[in-house]
Amino acid sequence: MSEKVLMKGNEALAEAAIQAGCRLFFGYPITPQTELSAYMSKKMPKIGGLFLQAESELAAINMVLGASAAGKRAMTSSSSPGISLKSEGISYIAGSDVPAVIINVQRGGPGLGSIQPSQADYWQATKATGHGDFQLIVLAPSTVQEMADFVGQAFDLGDKYRMPVMILSDGMLGQMMEPVSFPDKGEPVIPDRPWAACGHGGKRPHNIVNSLYIEAKDLEKTVVERFKKYDIIKKEEQRAESYLTEDADIVIVAYGASSRVARSAVNSARALGIKAGLVRPITLWPFPTDAIEATVSTAKKYLTVEMSMGQMVDDVKLVVNGRKPVSFFGRTGGVIPTPGEILEEIKKLNGEER
Amino acid sequence: MKIISNRISIICGHYGTGKTNLAVNLARDHARQGEKVTIVDMDIVNPYFRTSDYRKILEDEGIEVIAPVFGATNLDLPSLPAAMYLAFEKEGTVIFDLGGDDVGSTVMGRFREKLEGKDYEMLYVINKYRDLDCDPTETAQILKEIEAVTKLKATGIINNTNLMYETTEEHIEKGMEYARETAQILGLPVVATVIRRDIASNLKVDAGSDIGEIIPVDIIAGPSF
Repeated sequence: MSEKVLMKGNEALAEAAIQAGCRLFFGYPITPQTELSAYMSKKMPKIGGLFLQAESELAAINMVLGASAAGKRAMTSSSSPGISLKSEGISYIAGSDVPAVIINVQRGGPGLGSIQPSQADYWQATKATGHGDFQLIVLAPSTVQEMADFVGQAFDLGDKYRMPVMILSDGMLGQMMEPVSFPDKGEPVIPDRPWAACGHGGKRPHNIVNSLYIEAKDLEKTVVERFKKYDIIKKEEQRAESYLTEDADIVIVAYGASSRVARSAVNSARALGIKAGLVRPITLWPFPTDAIEATVSTAKKYLTVEMSMGQMVDDVKLVVNGRKPVSFFGRTGGVIPTPGEILEEIKKLNGEER
Repeated sequence: MKIISNRISIICGHYGTGKTNLAVNLARDHARQGEKVTIVDMDIVNPYFRTSDYRKILEDEGIEVIAPVFGATNLDLPSLPAAMYLAFEKEGTVIFDLGGDDVGSTVMGRFREKLEGKDYEMLYVINKYRDLDCDPTETAQILKEIEAVTKLKATGIINNTNLMYETTEEHIEKGMEYARETAQILGLPVVATVIRRDIASNLKVDAGSDIGEIIPVDIIAGPSF
């Protein structure tokens, strides 16, 4: 690993993409992801890469589709309202079976919302980033180091399954600074892409990258095949961190920025003798059903904490399936919950039990 | 502490080098020494982790905080309050905390004439561990860009080399070397070296007189979880 340096989360995302062999970045400015684009604009020209500020989010995401279709590692980044604009292109990327990495540094919504951190795009990221039957792999970092680590993993997962991968971050993780290091590996290994439309030179039949199927039966077959791939991903790629859950009566489920606050609250609760624990989903899709299932027999109650009005809580309830009560605590609009507020919720749940 | 006492100090630097954390610490320490302290947040570039976010901590110490009308309002475009002009007339210790790089420092340029004939210092904050491949030549170049937009000349360097909670004595030692090299290129003195309080209290490194006075600080800026 390289010597540690201090970086903002947004900068770590950008540097990690470059180290993963991404030389094509297409973006359009928006707070609070600004430092990511700024880093790319400074560094890409120095290393023979391309930073392109497109005329709109729509243009940027379609440039990603074009670059990916031609077999190159490409990335775009935005924040909530910009991701809505990109969602058409993301659906096309999924429908074309090409990899791409999309960063969402979430801010408050709906509409222009606020420029402060939020987690209100969970539904959008995991259920409906665009029209049609499709999924994205969604990774949720909670530290600047994870921001750095997950970008390379996102590119690799995208290549492995030929599909778009989103990193769902937020304004706090993007803006905060922490020590981070990067692996000392040489040139990244980028797998061959025999499907890429990059010139056949008269040596093979031409490749077509397309998401249009006039025949309904052909489209149905393609979508059904894609969902078989999703089943494999659900089995193979779930990731979560379990913290003090083994003997926990109250299991908190939280990801990203709110998991940091929740972890503080769990530690404070433990100091008061309350058995609290934390399941932190790292993949939001596939949702880490196994990690939550592992706690159902021992947990007495669940508390989902989000910076939204409650979105992931639905997925937690689907896993728990009525066997234990699942409650929710959240702040929204760009407000970050405090460890004290979460501790109060834990105490309340603990008190009800007596 | 000798630096910044009872005069105007302008704190500038590459963004993320720890200007705000230093400014908040300095303001608090000088107020506790009985000085009348005013802190001016001039960062209109970044909406996160700015001096004015620590307004309560500062005001509890009797420090006057002057900040752009921005956060805690519904304004999308920050504006400079009239009180910012008054800051130049204040008695006691006045600390201007600029935004990062040339972009964040530009706002100071319009106030240049207010400083004419006044005793002020402009201190350039550096941190060896702020960037990958951070070298003294590039660090020196950033100050030249800041000086161009503020139309002011830096008077000294503050070495704030740190890795936040992971700082070790070895980082401090390497930071001193980096500060010396940067100072040599710029032809400026290192007026202070900033060290996290718990490390500063058992520092074994022989600091030497060329890295300025040692200023112990607490980590105040940034999220607490």
